[in-house]
Amino acid sequence: MTLNENYIALSTIVRKEVVRFMRIWSQTLLPSVITQTLYFVIFGKFIGSRIGDVGGISYMSFIIPGLVMMAVINNAFANVVSSFFGSKFQRSIEEILVSPMPNWIIIAGYVGGGTLRGVLCGILVFLVSIFFEHPMVHNFWLVIVFVVLTSVVFSLGGLANGIFAKKFDDVAIFPTFVLTPLTYLGGVFYSIHSLPEFWQKISYLNPILYMINGFRFGFYGISDVNVFLSLGILIFLAGSLTVINLRFLEKGTGLRA
Amino acid sequence: MNAISIQKLIKTYANGTKALKGIDLQVRSGDFFALLGANGAGKTTVIGIMTGLVNKTSGQMRIFDVDIDQDHPRAKTFMGVVPQEMNFNIFEKVEDILCSQAGYYGIPRAEAMRRCEVILKRLDLWEKRNHQSRTLSGGMKRRLMIGRALINHPQLLILDEPTAGVDVELRHEMWDFLRELNQNGTTILMTTHYLEEVEQMCKNAAIIKNGEIIACDQVKNLVRLVDQETYVVHVEHVHNLDRLNGHGVRRIDETTFEAELNKKERLNDFIARLSEAGMVLTDLRPKGNRLEKLFLRILKQN
Ligand SMILES: Nc1ncnc2c1ncn2[C@@H]1O[C@H](COP(=O)(O)OP(=O)(O)O)[C@@H](O)[C@H]1O
Ligand SMILES: [Mg+2]
Repeated sequence: MTLNENYIALSTIVRKEVVRFMRIWSQTLLPSVITQTLYFVIFGKFIGSRIGDVGGISYMSFIIPGLVMMAVINNAFANVVSSFFGSKFQRSIEEILVSPMPNWIIIAGYVGGGTLRGVLCGILVFLVSIFFEHPMVHNFWLVIVFVVLTSVVFSLGGLANGIFAKKFDDVAIFPTFVLTPLTYLGGVFYSIHSLPEFWQKISYLNPILYMINGFRFGFYGISDVNVFLSLGILIFLAGSLTVINLRFLEKGTGLRA
Repeated sequence: MNAISIQKLIKTYANGTKALKGIDLQVRSGDFFALLGANGAGKTTVIGIMTGLVNKTSGQMRIFDVDIDQDHPRAKTFMGVVPQEMNFNIFEKVEDILCSQAGYYGIPRAEAMRRCEVILKRLDLWEKRNHQSRTLSGGMKRRLMIGRALINHPQLLILDEPTAGVDVELRHEMWDFLRELNQNGTTILMTTHYLEEVEQMCKNAAIIKNGEIIACDQVKNLVRLVDQETYVVHVEHVHNLDRLNGHGVRRIDETTFEAELNKKERLNDFIARLSEAGMVLTDLRPKGNRLEKLFLRILKQN
C-alpha cells in the first residue's frame, strides 16, 4: 500500500476506536473520573489535611499527578485490550487481517485509539483536580511527553495482552494482578523516601514509579528518581513492546491457526 | 494467467490435525471455480491460507502471480472473501462495516461512500444501511458479507459455502448475481457441498476429500460420472426382479428394492417395465447424496 493508503487505513482504525469509546463513555470515561474524585476527597482532603506537606508541597498537590497517571495507565491499557480482544472474540478482527494493511499500521491504529482515551481520561481527572488545588506546572512539555508516552506504553501492553488472550478471563489477569499493585506501589500516595531502605530498593524495580515521578516532576520540579532515567525507561518499554507486538502479528500468535 | 496457483500445500494444525496433505491446484483468471467437498475436507483451510487467516505448514501459493510468502499484502489486494461464518461486529451499522473495510484497503472515504451506495443498492441492503448488523435476517447478513468482500473491487472473489442456510429464492438470486460478476471478469472461487450449485454455475471444479484433491476437471466431465441416479422403489410385493436386469437392482425387503437409472432414461419407461414384471408401484424416490456417489465413483476410478 502507498503512504496515503496507509494513512487512510490508520485513520480508519483510530476513528473506529474513538467512536467506540465515546459511544460507551459511561463505561470508558466516567469510571476513572469518579474513582479519582473519591481519592481526591478521601485521601487529599480528609486524610491529607492531617498529613501536612510532602517534599514542600501540600499532600493534595502531591497526589494529583499520580492519580492522573493512574487514570491514564488504566484507560490506555483497558481500551486496547478490550477492543482488540472483543474484535477477536467476534472475529471481526478478520476484516483487518484479510486486508493488505501492514502490521505496523494495525499496531499504530489500536495504540492511537488507546493513547487518545488514556490522555483524555488524564485531562478529565486533571480538570477535576483543579477544584481541589491550584495547579502548578513546572515544565509543560515534560508533562505532555510523560502523559503521551505512558499512554502509548500501556496501549502497547494492552495490545499484547489482547493478542495473547484466549478467553475473557485472560483480559482481567494482567490489570488485576500486575497493573493495579504496581500503580498503587508506584508512589502515587507517598514519596518512597518515607519507606524503609529495603522497600525503597524494591520500589526502584517498579517501572511505574519512574513514570509517576517523571510526570510529577513536570508539575512541581520534584522527583524521587532521575527524570532522564524515567524517560529512558518509557522509551525502552515503548520500543520493546512495539517489537513484541510486531513479532506477534508477523507470526500470527493468537490470531492465525 | 492463473488467478490461483497452489503447489504441495500442507497444513497441519497445532493439535496435529492434517487438514491439507499436499494440495496442487490451478484456477485460471476469469474462471468460476468450485471447491467441492464434505464437511471437514479442508476447504476453509485452503481459503484461510489464501486470505491470511491461517498459517500454512509448507508449500507454495501464488495469487495472480504474487507469491504469498514474498508479498502477501499485495496478494490480498486482489482478493475479497466471504467467510463461512459471520465475522462482522454485530453492533456496527451496515454502512459502517462496508466503509471501514474500504478504509482498511486504503480507499478514501468519499470513494468508499460511493462504492458502498452502489453495492448496497445492488444487494438490496440500501434501506438497511443505518441498521445495526445484528438486526438483519440471515440472508441479509450473508449479502452484507458479499458486499463487504466487493468493496475493494476484487479480481478474485472467494466465497466459503455462500448458500449454506440461505432459502431457495435467495439462493437463485445470489447465483444470478455471482454469474453476472463472473461475466464482468471477476474470477470466482466458491466452496460448497452441493453438487447442484456447481452444475448450475461453475465451469471447473476440484473435489477435495480428507485434505487431498481427488479430482479436478471441467464440471461437465465431473457430473458425467454421476449421471446414474439410484432410486428407492416401493411396490406392493417384490418379485420377478430378474426382469429388470440392466438396472442393477438390489432387493431390500418384501416391498422395497433399489434400482439404478441413467439420467437419459425416461422414468415412464422404467415404470412400464415394472408393470410388465407384475409389480404395483406405491412409491419412488431418488436416493441420497449425489456428491457422495461422485466420491465413490472417483475413488473407484483411481
Ligand atoms: N483451528 C483449527 N484447529 C485444529 N483443527 C482444525 C482447525 N480448523 C479446522 N480444523 C480441522 O481441519 C480439518 C479441515 O477443516 P476445514 O478446512 O474447516 O474443512 P471444511 O471447510 O472443508 O469443512 C477438519 O478436520 C477440521 O476439524
Ligand atoms: Mg468450511
